[in-house]
Amino acid sequence: MHRLNRALLMCAGLLSAQLVGASISEYRLDNGLKLVVQEDHRAPVVVSQVWYKVGSSYETNGITGVSHVLEHMMFKGTSKFAPGEFSRIIAAHGGRENAFTGRDYTAYFQRLEKSRLKVSFEMEADRMRGLQLSDKEFQKEVKVVMEERRLRTEDKPESFTYEQFNAVASMTSPYRTPVIGWMDDLQNMDIRDLDTWYKRWYAPNNATVVVAGDVRADEVYELAKKYFGPLKPSPGLLPPKPQTEPAQKGLRRLQVKMPAQLPYLLIGYAVPSLKVAEQEWEAYALEVLAGVLDGGTSARLATRLVREQGLLSSSGAGYSLATRLAGMFLLEGVPAQGHSIREVEDALLKEIKSLQTESVSQQELDRIKAQVVASNVYERDSIFYQAMQVGTYETIGLGWKRLDEYVEKIQAVTPEQVQMVAKKYLIDDRLTIAELVPQPMDKKASRKTAGGSHGHH
Amino acid sequence: MGITKMILRFGLILPACLVALQVSAAPDIQHWTSKHGAHVYYVHAPGLPIVDLQITFDAGSARDGKQSGLSSMTSHMLGMGAGNLDATQIAQRFEGVGAEFGHDADRDRGWVKLRSLSQKKWLDPAIETLALVLEKPTFAKADFKREQKRYLISLKREKQNPGKIASRAFYKAAYGDHPYAQMPNGTEQSIKALTADDLKRFHKRYYVANNATVAIVGDLDRKAAAKLVDTLIKNLPAGKRPAPLPKVPELTEAKTIRISHPSSQTHVYMGHPGTYRGDPDYFVTYLGNHALGGSGLVSRLSDEVREKRGLSYSVYSYFGPLARKGLFQVGMQTKNDQADLGIKVLRQTIRDYLDKGMTEKELVASRKNITGGFPLRIDSNKKILGYLSMIGFYRLPLTYLDEFNGKIEAITLEQIHETLRRRIHPERMVTVIVGGDK
Repeated sequence: MHRLNRALLMCAGLLSAQLVGASISEYRLDNGLKLVVQEDHRAPVVVSQVWYKVGSSYETNGITGVSHVLEHMMFKGTSKFAPGEFSRIIAAHGGRENAFTGRDYTAYFQRLEKSRLKVSFEMEADRMRGLQLSDKEFQKEVKVVMEERRLRTEDKPESFTYEQFNAVASMTSPYRTPVIGWMDDLQNMDIRDLDTWYKRWYAPNNATVVVAGDVRADEVYELAKKYFGPLKPSPGLLPPKPQTEPAQKGLRRLQVKMPAQLPYLLIGYAVPSLKVAEQEWEAYALEVLAGVLDGGTSARLATRLVREQGLLSSSGAGYSLATRLAGMFLLEGVPAQGHSIREVEDALLKEIKSLQTESVSQQELDRIKAQVVASNVYERDSIFYQAMQVGTYETIGLGWKRLDEYVEKIQAVTPEQVQMVAKKYLIDDRLTIAELVPQPMDKKASRKTAGGSHGHH
Repeated sequence: MGITKMILRFGLILPACLVALQVSAAPDIQHWTSKHGAHVYYVHAPGLPIVDLQITFDAGSARDGKQSGLSSMTSHMLGMGAGNLDATQIAQRFEGVGAEFGHDADRDRGWVKLRSLSQKKWLDPAIETLALVLEKPTFAKADFKREQKRYLISLKREKQNPGKIASRAFYKAAYGDHPYAQMPNGTEQSIKALTADDLKRFHKRYYVANNATVAIVGDLDRKAAAKLVDTLIKNLPAGKRPAPLPKVPELTEAKTIRISHPSSQTHVYMGHPGTYRGDPDYFVTYLGNHALGGSGLVSRLSDEVREKRGLSYSVYSYFGPLARKGLFQVGMQTKNDQADLGIKVLRQTIRDYLDKGMTEKELVASRKNITGGFPLRIDSNKKILGYLSMIGFYRLPLTYLDEFNGKIEAITLEQIHETLRRRIHPERMVTVIVGGDK
């Protein structure tokens, strides 16, 4: 189930809108800031998210990771608030806050009791234009980010493989670089890189504020005008260069050798997203295709490769249509005991082949459609999730109204269309295959010392 | 625990800090004992056409005895075959009506979960399948053998994860001979020794009506909820709830365990058995820990380790209460050559906090954060289900949520100071250090 939910990350659709009467309102301030409010009165809480159209896909070599480091620095003070004070004030209001950076966006959020929304707006407006970048704070924070990189990537063989995979699968698309940035770029990052980046992208005319919860849209609009209204727009805001990936001319392969216990295979096909698809149904058909392969325990990979054939110990497939640039259709697998990485590759490619030669069954399509309808309702249990969907769609340039079409468009996908996208996109000339080749862990015996409390070794 | 599916990282997003998400007027909890013996906790939530339910059994790894991994594998195999249906057919029955079926086990509990649309035509088939899965799991030999191998692979995978290695060593050192010392997913040796018949016996003993706690939240009235519970429970053997677990012995001395690992970071865990569900000190330790390391970026540990020194991305402390004393745990990761410094700062910060106590300012801020954020704890059906399951399984008062803020507000600085000094023991903590070999 997890996979399909992930595939459905970006939907909030017709059925649920009708069922629970969700209402979305959209406003634009004179300075260009966009406000989207989703009323949901089930609990006396509010989620506020500020989304900027900037992320790692806006970066170029030499400054990879700058969007994410800047996200960290956004908690380090303005002329009004000292470093860390933003977090302390939100905490004192009972709030939870955080921020996240992706390929296509950088976003900041607070979850609060509903009457405290103005606290969020006041401070978010303040740091949209008034950040004070201190070199001293930067020097410490970039170290934190390097630790984050070690934690998430350097010491995780499969994550590390995924990072290398991206860099080989794309040659020019900025999706080839990691969101967190290359270690070398982090080591050579300069406060001036951040300053330039902040001045270029942090402005009301590059921001979308999404509010969801027990609020009234018109009141939120008034509040937004009061706090965000006075901010000056950035005059020469230009979109990033397209950096379109040139057509691939043949299969690409890579190996990653590092200490690990298990081999791992990651394969990906270059595919369009909804934003760039020649015909939009192709993106929905790819979503359905991901569901056929991995939309639950009864989907093909788990059923055939893990349980029936016993070739894989674990498997996965995934695709997200909600990206700004063309993306990847991914498959992954770990061999079962006694089976090789080659068998994993053959088995996964065989599954792709069968999608090209045979049409998917009605039962499979019905299952996926039922899951789409249900997930679409389940997602409404989380206002945070709903706001995430709106923010993502807005920031990648689809617009939140496209969310409403999701269920309908998935429902309209036919077996022929699934087969067509499999034949058109899941081909060798779009394929990259990465293999993690485990190296010895060089284990030393563990030592145990009773009573000791000092860290010498 | 057990085997979780791998997650593709294509949607990578990076939050500024790792904060455990925590949970207005508390929901109206109705409680009854079903005619077959299950304890039922129910909240009517008509806002969305959804039903969420969880059935929890006292069937966690603390009941494994010498067969470590038994409870986890038993839970894992639910859904792998029941009655005449195989795993694929069971999954098709759930997924075909858009239902989400989940099952897992921790140290105290084994459980099944279901999320379904509330209309009869969706809900009824899902409930019927769930009842079958609970009542008549087949534990077929071929399925068992396959899943056993997958467990072994999953255990192998843990050996490339310094955090998992540290956690395993930490529990072992903190709990000694107590059942909590064992990891729910077992060891290579213990998993290899299990048989399908062991799982059958475990299921027969523990997945019984008198050992079941049912939590239901959603768009169905009480009568419908009661009927649903009967459908799920009526064919389970009556059985009985097992005897309480033994108490956790106190540690008598500090222990430091070093495990070398080829990672660029060293992972550090520190702590000892802490508090239990229903512990009279629960709220005081919860509030007291908030300013130490329980509140994300706004805490002393975060200030000292991350904000002042840039040593770690994630640093925290928490009490994780179980039926018996769960861990009080402090953790961080830092690049290998900073590990000694990091450990020193952790120790110093804990010492200082215990010696000088929380400040008035910290108390006010923590209190405001906890009480002001109360509505966020219960703002979704999913979160309410989590509370119901917890309150029900641990037999906490039904007023737990109603009294939450009042209890936090009544706590004084003196109480916190006295309690933390009594419940945190830097002189007899386990410290586990994994890494350093790169």
